[in-house]
Amino acid sequence: MITDPTAAAACLPNRLPPQPGELIDRDRCITFTWNGRQHVAHPGDTITSALAAAGVRVFSRSFTYSRPRGVLTASYLDPGCTVQVGAEPNVRGSHRRVAAGMAVSAQHVWPSLEHDVKTANQLVGRFLTAGFYYKTFIRPRRLWPAYERVLQKFASGGVVPDTTDDGLRYDKRYAHVDVLVAGGGPAGMVAAIAAAKAGASVMLVEEEPGLGGHLRYGSVAELTRLRELRDAMADSNSIEVLTDAVVAGRYDGNWCSVVERDVPGLHERLTKVRAGALIVAAGLVERPYVIAGNDLPGVMLSTAVRRLINLYGVRPGDRAVVLSANPQGDAAVADLQRAGVQVWAEDARRGGDIVRVLGRGSVEGVELGDGRRLPCDLVVTATGWTAPTSLLNMAGDTPVYDPRVARFLPHQLPDDVLVAGALAGDGDLDTLMDHARAVGELAAERATEPDAVRGRVLPVRTAADAALPELELHDHPALFRGRTHGFIDFSEDVTSRDIQAAVIEGYDSPELAKRYTTATMGPSQGKLETVNTVAEVAAATGIGIGAAGTTTWRPPYAPITLGALAGRQFEPVRVSPMQTWHETHGAVPLVSGAWIRPDRYGDPATEVRAVRTAVGIIDVTPIGKFDLHGPDVPALLELLYVNRWQQLAVGRVRYGLMCTDDGVVLDDGVTGRLGDDHYLLTTTSSGASGIEAWIENWLQTERPDLDVHVTPLTTAYASINVAGPRSSELLSRVTNLDLSSEAFGYMHVRTGTVAGVDDCVVWRIGFTGELSYELHVPAGYGLHVWETLLEAGADLGVRPFGVEAQRILRLEKGHLIVGQDTDGLTRAGSASLGGLLQLDKPDFVGKPELVWQDRAGSGSVLVGLQPVDPIEVPAEASQIVVRGSTVGRITSSRHSPTLNRGICLAHVPASMAVPGTTVAVRLPDRREIPAVVQKQLAHVDPAGMRLQRGDAPSPTVGADTRPPNNDRPVVSVPVCRSPITLPEPPARSKAMTADSTLTDLSLLTKVHVRGHEHGPLAAALGVAFLHAARDPDGVLVTGSEPGAWTLIGEPGTADQIRTRLQALPIQERITVIDLSHSRAMVRLTGSRARTVLSHLCAIDLQDSATPNGTCLRTSVAKVVTDIIRNDHDGRLSYLLHTERASGSYLVGQLQQLVDEHADQPG
Amino acid sequence: MITLPCPWCGPRNVTEFAYGGEAGTRPDPATADPTTWRRYLYTQANPAGPVTETWLHRAGCRRFLIVDRDTTTNEILAVRRPADPPEVQR
Repeated sequence: MITDPTAAAACLPNRLPPQPGELIDRDRCITFTWNGRQHVAHPGDTITSALAAAGVRVFSRSFTYSRPRGVLTASYLDPGCTVQVGAEPNVRGSHRRVAAGMAVSAQHVWPSLEHDVKTANQLVGRFLTAGFYYKTFIRPRRLWPAYERVLQKFASGGVVPDTTDDGLRYDKRYAHVDVLVAGGGPAGMVAAIAAAKAGASVMLVEEEPGLGGHLRYGSVAELTRLRELRDAMADSNSIEVLTDAVVAGRYDGNWCSVVERDVPGLHERLTKVRAGALIVAAGLVERPYVIAGNDLPGVMLSTAVRRLINLYGVRPGDRAVVLSANPQGDAAVADLQRAGVQVWAEDARRGGDIVRVLGRGSVEGVELGDGRRLPCDLVVTATGWTAPTSLLNMAGDTPVYDPRVARFLPHQLPDDVLVAGALAGDGDLDTLMDHARAVGELAAERATEPDAVRGRVLPVRTAADAALPELELHDHPALFRGRTHGFIDFSEDVTSRDIQAAVIEGYDSPELAKRYTTATMGPSQGKLETVNTVAEVAAATGIGIGAAGTTTWRPPYAPITLGALAGRQFEPVRVSPMQTWHETHGAVPLVSGAWIRPDRYGDPATEVRAVRTAVGIIDVTPIGKFDLHGPDVPALLELLYVNRWQQLAVGRVRYGLMCTDDGVVLDDGVTGRLGDDHYLLTTTSSGASGIEAWIENWLQTERPDLDVHVTPLTTAYASINVAGPRSSELLSRVTNLDLSSEAFGYMHVRTGTVAGVDDCVVWRIGFTGELSYELHVPAGYGLHVWETLLEAGADLGVRPFGVEAQRILRLEKGHLIVGQDTDGLTRAGSASLGGLLQLDKPDFVGKPELVWQDRAGSGSVLVGLQPVDPIEVPAEASQIVVRGSTVGRITSSRHSPTLNRGICLAHVPASMAVPGTTVAVRLPDRREIPAVVQKQLAHVDPAGMRLQRGDAPSPTVGADTRPPNNDRPVVSVPVCRSPITLPEPPARSKAMTADSTLTDLSLLTKVHVRGHEHGPLAAALGVAFLHAARDPDGVLVTGSEPGAWTLIGEPGTADQIRTRLQALPIQERITVIDLSHSRAMVRLTGSRARTVLSHLCAIDLQDSATPNGTCLRTSVAKVVTDIIRNDHDGRLSYLLHTERASGSYLVGQLQQLVDEHADQPG
Repeated sequence: MITLPCPWCGPRNVTEFAYGGEAGTRPDPATADPTTWRRYLYTQANPAGPVTETWLHRAGCRRFLIVDRDTTTNEILAVRRPADPPEVQR
């Protein structure tokens, strides 16, 4: 137990006196534990630098041979320094900063770091050759479970916590910049500054916690240059700097993923950046030298010792042997000497070499090229570089190997990807900085040129850019492997001997050898190993490195946690205006697409009986509803539906069946004619969004000659079906409509007042097979009408019923459900709806195939089916078999409460569709039971008597204490409700003081008007698509679609706005529809509004792209949403509106972000 | 992620659009024989190279657009409104 951390820190054996560029704060001391023992560190120390200062050399055991491993690179890539921190596995120990109280432990050791059982693998190491596990444990197969149990103990990796409740938060957001710079070394910094000076918005991403790259651990002169650069960076306010972050991937159109670690309050954040230009200034990664013993703790790269000494004040050893082939190695020699380390320098440029590293468990000496042996505890190599071209390869480049510089160089790049720094070529600091400056300016020019389109995919070009200064290339010896074999992949324990063996076995290309040996497939993903692997394959096959090629660099460049990828979860949910009622009345929810619907409130059979004997009401809001306006609506309907539409009278409703052009049933529903040129079309609940696109496709691409305006109204109305013999009686109490059979017959539609609510559309149809009325009421009043019906009908025995009861009722009646009783092969003729087909129509969608099917008489037939044994209810999808082979299937089946027996719909071959035929149904348990084909689809009331008023059986439940009275409707004052609920004032006042607020504006009037994109209406409104402006009356006119506008005014002004529009002195057919109930609307105001939205939508929200007065539609949290930039009292402000049913979900997402950003500093 | 330059809205992420398949012409249903009709229904050229496609700006202006795209590079060669003649480039 450390009682005095300061005293303990002062006597760490390997801590050097203060260094000029060090990152540690020597004034403060913190403690943490390593494998249970307490250690001391200064803030700024990495886990390994703190431990190395204390003399710890071994941080892990290797993957296969369990060899002790220590510091190799002292950077994020350090393969032997992966540790467990608390519940978090696979933490990079040479990158992660020590935090007070951190519990760090070695991972994948058994039983301990010092005594690992798997060390025995080393003794048999020469038998554990490439592919050993594949070859050895494959036979006999029956023993695999036993092998697996033991091998699991050998497997790599840390311990994943059992729960997800680890307190770690993740985030995801979008960003838009002109220039994205990957790499915050001197080249990246200079390029970023130059691009910013040229007027570009810039994001600079650096993997280390501080900017500067190699300058950070450089000389005093280099540190001075770094300070100048940092000052220049600070002067520019158009550069967003992300440190401890990585550009992990580059995709088409410069769409880049950036992983940010250590963001305040977050564990990791994924930023999706759309960049006009990408500058890759990733620098170079130092390459290990492959010789015997090159993995012993105490063998380090020259950059590792420079980092340890200069950044953390850690002496890496006492006696060092350095093999240097470049200036970086020479600088390491100087650093070591300055740190008081005895140094023996071998110069590879003059023939110096190290043949092997000697020692057991740690470096004890080396054998030099001339055979001499020197004792030492530190071996440093500076033998060359790997060019991390990952982002360039992702941009379509195939870098080429240049033997003169012994590394890969960029070759072909699209215009919007540029390279700066050592990745591009060689030179002194000034030369590379001048080049980077030119790159930054060119990138800014390309990203901000007037016709630049961000996100464009550009062709790859080979020509060198004339605008950039040419960089020279400096000779570098090609030092990959020495005279002995050693480790190539330190994470996967692959040696150069393994690669040779793989080549001999026939895996003679880098891609094959990689997969066979798993070299380059470990946590460092080839950044340390690829070039050595390729060089070894090239040497073993005798072809050059250039010819051998390289393995493919794929995203991500750096690991991303699954938490960050999952980030913020967007799972839209749609609810009807009555959902709160359903929830408080015990409805079992049914998830149907995005909709949450009541499946049942109690026993569905009881609900069925209530509908058959009295009256029930069901919430059918998800039914797709479309307003059709225009002279060509009948022609459109004739085209879309297989049946006839020309003679539909005003006030009539007709059932229609839609097919695709291959004759397969697509959708069904009823359409009513409300006025001369005005229809309301309904679709199935699940088909609503698809049918919207389907209709628009026909209107926009195939039949632009048809003059029809289609407006989706699905959630503008709350839809309630009132069904049962007493439905007419119930409805008559709350409506002004005459419900007598003469005035309002079956398949008729009326518009009137229900429960005091005007403009309700009521149609008399019968999906349940009972007398029923489907009410479409303006959605804000949905809950009011629902509650009024239940109150008014209490004495009639009215009860709500759910989707399950409706499914039973419609099956009893034999009404098919598209997608349940039809599938992707069911043509209209097979759905027993052949009677609807009007094959003599000149054209309709699907006609040719249906004509040919009709002629051939082919296909199956949908029939009603009843098991002979009434208690049997064959599961849906049970097969209909003849002598063991499948000929048909059950599509729907339920126990019928009305008939007290099993009933089904089934597809059978035409030959078996004759009524009375007995078929064999094979159940899931393989029993076969007999069932009889019925005369018709309907099991209950095939004649349809119950749909007719007065012919229904007399009511048996609910004592009628009050006579129906059409003159005295039961009506309370209608209440219009918003679809969204914002937090109660206490929670909200906190948000009010913060810098973004949400206000519910759902009750505002929203009038939709449709005309021609560039016609007289457009001219009269004076607002173009994508723009918004207030008219003299204060109405906000928004160009929401080409040729469609949404006018937003105060509550209750719909009629006023409509009248004004219709009175416009223009010669144009326009459609005006009040969408006030259809849209949920909020205002998001405050300086954080942009930050909040940038987490939810991929649109560029900067003033340059979306200034005040912009109106656009996009996806916000996966919901299609209209965004209007409408600054308010000089403050940044957005109006957002979406279809009503998604409003509650969308506002929930917005509110969460507003709260998250309420207590964060600006 | 590629962007599609919507002729109405400007460039937007492809995730805002729904793919409508290769643009084809519907044969005259009165005269088409089964072979022609089924070629229209089911046969796609699926070339490695330029192809003409229909897309719907589902999460935007709700307009259909015709896009010439190179499937090997994802380069957008041209985009036009369905009503535009084929030679129009926007």
